Amino acid sequence: MDTMHESLVKAVPALGHYPQEPISTGTTLIAMEFDGGVVVGTDSRTSAGSFISSRVTNKITPVTDHLVVCRSGNAADTQTIADVVKYQIEAYTMLEAEKVSIYRATQIFRQFLYNYRDQLSASVLVAGWDENEGGQLYALPIGGFVTRQRSTASGSGSTFVTGYLDKNWKPNMTKEECVKVVKEAVGLATFRDGSSGGVIRIGVIDKNGTDIKLYRPDGNDFPKFVAPTPHPSWPAHVEAKNQ
Amino acid sequence: MSSIGTGYDLAASTFSPDGRIFQIEYAQKAVDNSETMIALRGKNGVVCAVEKAIPSKLYQENSKPRMMTAAEHLGLGLAGVYPDCRAIRDYAVEEGLKYLRDYRCPIPDKKLAATLAEYVHMFTLGISRPFGCSVFVNSWDKKDGGKIFLIEPSGLSYEYRAWAVGKNRQAAKAEIEKLKLDELEMDQLVKEAVRIIMAIRDEGKDKNVTIEMSWVGENTKGNAELVPNATIDAAEEWARRALDEDDLDD
Repeated sequence: MDTMHESLVKAVPALGHYPQEPISTGTTLIAMEFDGGVVVGTDSRTSAGSFISSRVTNKITPVTDHLVVCRSGNAADTQTIADVVKYQIEAYTMLEAEKVSIYRATQIFRQFLYNYRDQLSASVLVAGWDENEGGQLYALPIGGFVTRQRSTASGSGSTFVTGYLDKNWKPNMTKEECVKVVKEAVGLATFRDGSSGGVIRIGVIDKNGTDIKLYRPDGNDFPKFVAPTPHPSWPAHVEAKNQ
Repeated sequence: MSSIGTGYDLAASTFSPDGRIFQIEYAQKAVDNSETMIALRGKNGVVCAVEKAIPSKLYQENSKPRMMTAAEHLGLGLAGVYPDCRAIRDYAVEEGLKYLRDYRCPIPDKKLAATLAEYVHMFTLGISRPFGCSVFVNSWDKKDGGKIFLIEPSGLSYEYRAWAVGKNRQAAKAEIEKLKLDELEMDQLVKEAVRIIMAIRDEGKDKNVTIEMSWVGENTKGNAELVPNATIDAAEEWARRALDEDDLDD
């Protein structure tokens, strides 16, 4: 970055806004396969350092009717990758007159994440449905290592809920069961993770296509938690005066 | 030949006034004059067989293989100018590996055939000479069954149920057409392929000849492999008897 010139964008310390900070999706991404499809869930916070640059980001980016990519990491990097891969898949579909399988789309994402691993800060979940393999979920962390998962969490919020997911995932879950667990997990993660927050978006991808629903914190179906409140801990001489 | 002495056959970059490219036709001739090679698609697999003359006893067994692989699941049958065959095979292997690296799955048969056809076609544009060889690409999988593609020196590529190239291709095709290919099991397909190769052999020339053969099918789990010598020998024995019976009938 050019540090010799004063930035035209002014910092607003009162808001915690420092323009030199990279914009990133701190993010909670949760996803689960069920028989016939995939459920994905995300928060909606985009931050530049401690400044929340968007509280209603859509991190579930559609690539085809039956394929989405859930983005985390550097917002510009992941948007660009999603755009380029979307273009490649569209071009391939037209040129070869052949549908791109979810596995193949994942491999195209991998090529980018791996080839540009030194420049990029991007981690994604590729979720979709195709005729041959049904619902599929692939996790691609930074570097482009590909694994197919039945249930997975990624992004900064994931550390808070992996235990919850391990406890609540079981084989042969229905779509409704998955939606419930995924939504709850995103809620739990946003509650504890400072880099996650805003609304919850839940996407279901199955043979009928992609259906994304939004849950607002002021709505009735947003997960609610009551955190155990700590005891007030004044020093003893202050505590005595308070009583 | 009408092309000779006209000057229109000196390079692949020149069309003749009636719209032909003689260099490509000559390249095709190189295949037409080579030893007969056939490929047959049966009920659950594909076999490819070629008649081979052994010019000297001093050669190692199968020192000049014409049945090779582009990948585990893709058999190649290469007819025509031998060094050209090897060059195409090397390119095919390279493309197969490139695909595997990029997409983490084996290259589909029709994609390799298309890639090879495109490559072969580039050499018909006059930069260099065309390839003097034709390539069979054979494969089998559970979903789509057997497949045979042939790439010609012109860059033309078709998918076939069965086909023959080389010296006695016309006679071979006549024999192939008599078969009910879709009903033939693999062992029967091998026998018929050997019978056809033997039936169309040039009579009189009592040369030292052998049959090289590859198969890909359910029995090989979709892998393209050489047919074992013992199997070929047994098929030859069967074919000899079948041909003798035919002679008695005549």
